[in-house]
Amino acid sequence: MIREKVRVKSFKIDGICVTGQSNQTILEVAHDNGIEIPTMCYMEGLSCVGSCRMCIVEIKGSHEPIPACTAKIKEGMEVTTSSPYIKTAREMILSMMFSERSHTCSTCVVNGDCELQSKSVELELEHSATPYLNQRFEIDASHKNFVNDPNRCILCTRCIRVCDEIEGAHALDLFGRGLNTRVIHDMDEPWADSTSCTSCGKCVYVCPTGALYEKDISEEDVIKKRKIITELIKNKS
Amino acid sequence: MSTATDDRYNKLEKVMKKLGYEKNSLIEVLHSTQGIFGYLGVDTLKFVAKRLKLSYSKVYGVATFYNYFRLKPKGRHNIVVCLGTACYIKGSEKILQKIEQRYGIKAGETTSDEALSLLTARCFGSCSLAPVIVFDEEIKAKVSLENPLCGIEESIK
Ligand code: SF4
Ligand code: SF4
Ligand code: FES
Ligand code: FES
Repeated sequence: MIREKVRVKSFKIDGICVTGQSNQTILEVAHDNGIEIPTMCYMEGLSCVGSCRMCIVEIKGSHEPIPACTAKIKEGMEVTTSSPYIKTAREMILSMMFSERSHTCSTCVVNGDCELQSKSVELELEHSATPYLNQRFEIDASHKNFVNDPNRCILCTRCIRVCDEIEGAHALDLFGRGLNTRVIHDMDEPWADSTSCTSCGKCVYVCPTGALYEKDISEEDVIKKRKIITELIKNKS
Repeated sequence: MSTATDDRYNKLEKVMKKLGYEKNSLIEVLHSTQGIFGYLGVDTLKFVAKRLKLSYSKVYGVATFYNYFRLKPKGRHNIVVCLGTACYIKGSEKILQKIEQRYGIKAGETTSDEALSLLTARCFGSCSLAPVIVFDEEIKAKVSLENPLCGIEESIK
């Protein structure tokens, strides 16, 4: 593989002059400089798929917003990370995530510890702008430790990527498409019967919502395990 | 039915070999698989996954993404009539005709009420049991030429 030479690029984010290396994304440089851009499907250490569009930013001279987590930086570019336009777009994106599944937080196991919930608080989203379309999926609680509840899934694919890229099992993938899309094990078999799952639990601890969770575990242990796994992913990359 | 003796798997193996067992030939392989089997059954998909060294979930994900792929035979039930040499000699052509007449469909078709899909194959490797048909994955040996649907017809609804 021929490696492109890495060069230093200077550009602006929200009017602040920053520099980064040409193989970095806007999101990475923003983080390095302490500028917050909201993300959802992104996870440090995993590949970037740019699927949720939560991290959209505006680039001067371009008419459409682009996802900061997949866009490489360019010399002289002027990035805006928040504007009324971007805010409305992010709200719409979040609304759509809510509308596709059932997110009755009060009855969810991760209530208070959910990235979807905290994003809505951050973006001050009080009610969904789109109609509810959830069609009630079956919950897979066959595994002795873990549960897969597609009704809470936002299809960020973090679980799939961590299982493939870090654990090396690729026990998970997306089934179907559109509203019917679900995270499955093997050939849509019960989790307990999966022949490729190592029961490592990584998927559970990268899930931003209550779609994947561990049974009978204390809040302290959840925090501890999540920390171990996030660190591991970061360091492995 | 074991994959080693079912000739449809030999055919599939040849297809994959020709494509060099390339991971990114998956869609093409699935396409041929559906041509050979009429649909993509779980066992067949697992066979493909193993050969191409892809994970089960990946293969299933791709197979369920495209509307073109069928995971089940179109009909609620399916009959595969073997037209391999041994079965042919023992009159399987006649079996096929009988079933075609009974349901008013040709091989490769499904009845309008979607109760039955009729398929053909070349040799399941059970030649000693010829003539052979497979009804909903279950092999029926030494099928009667006069009354091939004996014991089956009642379940086709
Ligand atoms: S427990 Fe580990 S191996 Fe099993 S699906 Fe989750 S990440 Fe993959
Ligand atoms: S189960 Fe969780 S991690 Fe996996 S795609 Fe759904 S929300 Fe994302
Ligand atoms: S975080 Fe960038 S698209 Fe999801
Ligand atoms: S010809 Fe071999 S099983 Fe039919």
